Amino acid sequence: MDVIKQIEKEHLRLDLEAFSPGDRVKVHVRIREGEKERVQVFQGIVIRKKNGTTDASFTVRKVSYGIGVERIFPTNSPALDKIEVVEKGSVRRSKIYYLRGLKEKAARMKLRRK
Amino acid sequence: MTSLFGSNGEYIPVTVIEAGPCTVTQIKTKANDGYDALQLGFGPKKKSRVNKPVQGHFEKSGGECYAFLREFKVDDPEAFELGQTVTLDMFTVGDKIDVSGRNKGRGFSGVTKRHGFHLGRKTHGSHNYRLPGSIGNSAWPSKVIKGKKMPGRYGNVRQTMRNLEVVDIRPELNLLLVKGAVPGPVNATIEIKKPKAAK
Repeated sequence: MDVIKQIEKEHLRLDLEAFSPGDRVKVHVRIREGEKERVQVFQGIVIRKKNGTTDASFTVRKVSYGIGVERIFPTNSPALDKIEVVEKGSVRRSKIYYLRGLKEKAARMKLRRK
Repeated sequence: MTSLFGSNGEYIPVTVIEAGPCTVTQIKTKANDGYDALQLGFGPKKKSRVNKPVQGHFEKSGGECYAFLREFKVDDPEAFELGQTVTLDMFTVGDKIDVSGRNKGRGFSGVTKRHGFHLGRKTHGSHNYRLPGSIGNSAWPSKVIKGKKMPGRYGNVRQTMRNLEVVDIRPELNLLLVKGAVPGPVNATIEIKKPKAAK
């Protein structure tokens, strides 16, 4: 089993900025279209982090034109260019799924730093 | 099993296989044995754990004893010699391989697990949940047709996964990283071959 852990270790992205649930982040994703490569930015609130090695992931939620959009990113994917923490949030739980039921302003108040 | 990321960020499920090094313990030729094959030994075993007739067999290839012996058909057994080490040098990244082994034994299983029959209704008073249902007709043919899928022993038979892709090779640790799953539990012994078409 140690060998498998060793192999997984090689694939971990330790260079990315640390963030936690409740933070407003900008996720820069490299996207390949044929030969060209461009970077797409997805901005939203981290509502969940799933721990693990190569199977770790996090979910970012944003409200786009009144419609909630959630995107799941593999934390250690080489397609991630960088992660920017725009704003630190203050939450008590690690999975803030209750944001889904809140209006945008209520969600903003909820995440405000006290 | 574990998972890795490809160069474009794609997620690849891989099985880590410790492949060799194996030692040629016997060479079988058409003239002598009726077919061309190599017997390979893998995994060291204490000499004191091996009985004398088998010790004598290992003596011919250098005296090292092995826990596992398997035969592999080859086109030209003359190209090998007794005691020669066979490593995973013959594989390159991107190759397709066949992996055979004994799959997990499930014991006496019902038709849902063994043959993938649909489940019945859980509620509304139904007692038909994992049952096989009718197994035939009455007046004609008034017997159960041969080969009817029924409960029974499932698993613990030889199974081959064909054309698995080699994702990565670590020669220093004798590791082969293969895309997808292979038969058997963790730490099972398996055989790796090149596919027939590629030979």
